[in-house]
Amino acid sequence: MIISVASGKGGTGKTTVATNLALSIKNIQFIDCDVEEPNANIFFKAEINNSENVSVKIPEIDKEKCDYCGKCSEFCAYNALAVVTSNVLIFPELCHSCGGCELVCPNDAINWKERLIGKVEHGRTKRIDFYQGLLNVGEMQAIPVIKNLKKKVDKSKNVIIDVPPGTSCPVIESISGSDYCILVTEPTPFGLHDLKLAVEVVRHLNIPFGVVINRDGIGNNKVELYCQNENIPIILKIPERKKIAYLYSKGIAIVSESLEWHEMFGLVFNQIQEVVNK
Amino acid sequence: MKQLTIISGKGGTGKTSITAAFASLAENAVFADCDVDAADLHLIFKPNIKKTMDFHGLKIASVNKEMCTECKKCYEHCRFDAIDGDINIIKESCEGCGVCEHVCPVNAITMINRDSGVSYISETRFGPMAHAMLKTAEEASGKLVTVVRNNVKTLAEEKKKDMILIDGPPGIGCPVIASISGVDLVLIVTEPTLSAIHDLERILGVAYHFKIPAVVCINKFDINLDNTKKIEQYCKSNNINIVGKLPYDNIVTDAMIHEKTVVEYSKGDFYNEIIKMWDKVNGRLKE
Repeated sequence: MIISVASGKGGTGKTTVATNLALSIKNIQFIDCDVEEPNANIFFKAEINNSENVSVKIPEIDKEKCDYCGKCSEFCAYNALAVVTSNVLIFPELCHSCGGCELVCPNDAINWKERLIGKVEHGRTKRIDFYQGLLNVGEMQAIPVIKNLKKKVDKSKNVIIDVPPGTSCPVIESISGSDYCILVTEPTPFGLHDLKLAVEVVRHLNIPFGVVINRDGIGNNKVELYCQNENIPIILKIPERKKIAYLYSKGIAIVSESLEWHEMFGLVFNQIQEVVNK
Repeated sequence: MKQLTIISGKGGTGKTSITAAFASLAENAVFADCDVDAADLHLIFKPNIKKTMDFHGLKIASVNKEMCTECKKCYEHCRFDAIDGDINIIKESCEGCGVCEHVCPVNAITMINRDSGVSYISETRFGPMAHAMLKTAEEASGKLVTVVRNNVKTLAEEKKKDMILIDGPPGIGCPVIASISGVDLVLIVTEPTLSAIHDLERILGVAYHFKIPAVVCINKFDINLDNTKKIEQYCKSNNINIVGKLPYDNIVTDAMIHEKTVVEYSKGDFYNEIIKMWDKVNGRLKE
């Protein structure tokens, strides 16, 4: 079973929910797909013992064959190539590796070379088989790193995916294929607004979902009213407590300090399992 | 004209609340919300939308099934797994490259515009604003950010404003890079949690990579004073100025609920800290 943990708004507690859930159940594979800012391992402290490079293919011009006809730059939808009198400029960060330039080149002057954009790391703790992706600083495209990470999914395990914030392509790439999605929000106007966007995404992908309200008590009850009206189950509320914020700040999971929370997250998992197995 | 972008790496550290507070203090500025994925600034600004423009991101392939001979050339050439075995286009995966259109021997595929979102020009109680909304599940948020940046620049020139204040998105990827490219200063909002510190180091790396000067604000500095110290030491050893330390205060949420900026909402300690920070940021921009 694959459970992804997402939210429209950043900083609502995705990683808190994902890591505590993972630490409360058995047979876990955890995949941190927030490759721009991965944080889950701050809580697991898994020793990274394997790292695979993620690279993409980008064009390289064979200057002996190229006659600077400009067909490649004309074709490129991403403006990753520009032909000037007797030179072809390549902008590697803009290239999507579609292969179009090679197809349109009449002189077979395009070769491919690997370009490193990030890595996929693996580690293990006593309970958790852990993967995370890292996009290199200064790189634009998170998608190829996420795609490589998703190849690691082992469906025989309980897979938990920590999703990046937002609602666009990296989010879709991370969530797609999940059996259930947990949307984490906070009871504030920003939280509600971005929750509605996240709900649109999971409905679009047709994935069953439920809501976790984090920092319950800080704002107003409009998130709850919205969930009631939309028939969205609220599967957990985490109250606003200094103690919880403090543990988070130190990179300590709540469930490792409290048996009560350990049981609570176990119950959340049972609820999800029932929905998925229906 | 000076441009300032407020970013954070990690989401939810208080970018938008601080941008809004600054808007209350700025005298001759225009504003942009470059978090086009999950824009929130308009919830406080209550913009009066003057102009709405369609945004077409990348194109999308469209198959004419009557012409298609199911030769599968497109399926074989697509690098994005965006065409299935029955020659249906998978909307979420198509990146609009046009390879399928090119390889189709019977011209059954055309690349068409996709409605990826809208951009807006608005009037607010603080001044003119450019913002946008990316449709959910769409690509090209970086491209839409660039549209917003261009819109706000035109606005600033037309209205003879001397400052552009930009609310940025979380992360370090494409939309973030589009939000900070060419600005005079970035203000990075962090908090004293190990996660935020980790993310701060990465976003500072991005600013450094693109040679954009950066200053830091520690929000909720009092939730973990040891970590606050760590951030201060880190910034000191990297020669980065900390322009503000804001206490944890529920007035931030209360102001949001009342659709006001914290500057409009309350004149307490938090307000005083914001004023000090605003002065420091302005001083830095004038350097």
